[in-house]
Amino acid sequence: MIIGHRKPLEEILQMVEPFDKIALIGCKGCVAVCAAGGEKEVGILASALRLARKKDGREIEIKEVTLERQCDPEYIEEIEGFVHDYQAVLSIACGVGVQYMAERYKEIPALPGLNTDFMGGSEEQGVWVEKCQGCGNCVLHLTGGICPITRCSKSLLNGPCGGSSGGMCEINPEIACGWQLIVDRLESLGLLEKVYEQIMPYKDWTTSRDGGPRKIVREDMRE
Amino acid sequence: MKTASRLEKILESGTFAVTSECGPPRGADPQVIREKGELLKGSVDAINVTDNQTSVVRMSSIAACVILKEMGFEPIVQMTTRDRNRIALQSDLLGAAALGMNNLLCLSGDHQSFGDHPTSKNVYDIDSIQLIQTVHRMREEGKFINGEEIKTPPKFFIGAAANPFADPFAIRVPRLAKKAAAGVDFVQTQCIYNMDKFREWMKGIVDRGLHEKVKILAGVTPMKSVGMARYMKKSVPGMDVPDEIIQRLKDAGKGNAAKEGVKMCVEQMQELREMEGVAGVHIMAIEWEEKVPEMVKDAGLLPRPEG
Ligand code: SF4
Repeated sequence: MIIGHRKPLEEILQMVEPFDKIALIGCKGCVAVCAAGGEKEVGILASALRLARKKDGREIEIKEVTLERQCDPEYIEEIEGFVHDYQAVLSIACGVGVQYMAERYKEIPALPGLNTDFMGGSEEQGVWVEKCQGCGNCVLHLTGGICPITRCSKSLLNGPCGGSSGGMCEINPEIACGWQLIVDRLESLGLLEKVYEQIMPYKDWTTSRDGGPRKIVREDMRE
Repeated sequence: MKTASRLEKILESGTFAVTSECGPPRGADPQVIREKGELLKGSVDAINVTDNQTSVVRMSSIAACVILKEMGFEPIVQMTTRDRNRIALQSDLLGAAALGMNNLLCLSGDHQSFGDHPTSKNVYDIDSIQLIQTVHRMREEGKFINGEEIKTPPKFFIGAAANPFADPFAIRVPRLAKKAAAGVDFVQTQCIYNMDKFREWMKGIVDRGLHEKVKILAGVTPMKSVGMARYMKKSVPGMDVPDEIIQRLKDAGKGNAAKEGVKMCVEQMQELREMEGVAGVHIMAIEWEEKVPEMVKDAGLLPRPEG
């Protein structure tokens, strides 16, 4: 899923400073699962904003809504009935949701309440980690199911570098070295000797961000 | 001979080679490089110039190498894949060759978070092994990465780094085999302090016959103080400093640690010279270049061959 975390309250207060009436829109998708932008977080953020503005002597009216998803025009449509009564939309979906809001409601500013971080999952209660960078050309079958592009700090396809130490990455003793994980995994699959010495070829980055904004068209699904 | 490199010639002749390195200045003054070079005259066969080492902005390796070349040295250009994509890397390879460079050391480079611009973006379009492949293919097939023909292909003697002490241990020898398969001609190792572990690695290399394909230059760095030894042990990733080393520096007593450090380094070079498969030493006397001639002399490695 997409992992995000809320921007600092100060920054959000600055963003909403010009407005007295805003719609705060959450999302029941990924950001609800990672406890950053779901229904509960909409409530918490709304109260915090109201309180801070009250203290400032400039109360703010906030409409609280949480949509099924914000990455789908169908759900964005659901706020059409009331959104025009508000001066701005503060979305606490991921960056995708904020942009859907901006595209659909052209005359209403769309403000991001979250910082969208990465594609990943939860490691333990309250800890999320990055696992995939969406390069568009998966190599996991060659690297023991561990992504070198994401989990090696240098995205080395023929790692590790000389900085791998005690299983940890040279950049931070709290980050596991992706290549140590790959080597361990290949070893436990009995593939190390066979696979490790094969040189991974230059990557074609055109399927990644480097190829420009990406798009998938499924003719079989189009109407 | 595959190239016009003097280092290649020396190594091919079976002479025990001596290389060293210069960190370029954090400014545009060519004099700094000339002064460092001056200290190494007559003591070494080739000099590496680092490429924005530890991700700190410095004069470019190619530029500093040209300055050393003008002084009569055989420079080794270092090139990391951290800051340049395949377009920029290949362009610089052409440029370095046009300026008379014969040796190219391929590295992935330290992560930018270590340096003076930690907020920058890194590139890593390709990695060090793919860079070796690139330089090798340019020389042997006269082709760019995209397969297109190069009119006047660069012909470099190709180097890489090797760290016998980094983890995971299981691939320390296979990793060199991989670099050999990519086309590397020589490697310079990480500074060696743990001689037992190095010997074990060398045995693995010799057992697979890799030393016949790749010339191994063993890396050494003299310790200046107990503090430096402790720092290297604790804070430099991939560095193995046994406690005995620290103890020996301590035992030398106050004011004598630097002298002891140099002595240890000389002994080490003598030992390395006798070790099967070791083709030379690479002395990294970080900001202590003035000690290199003395150490080379005391290790019995003078005079250096005429080139
Ligand atoms: S230590 Fe491991 S994860 Fe970190 S950059 Fe080196 S190979 Fe990649």
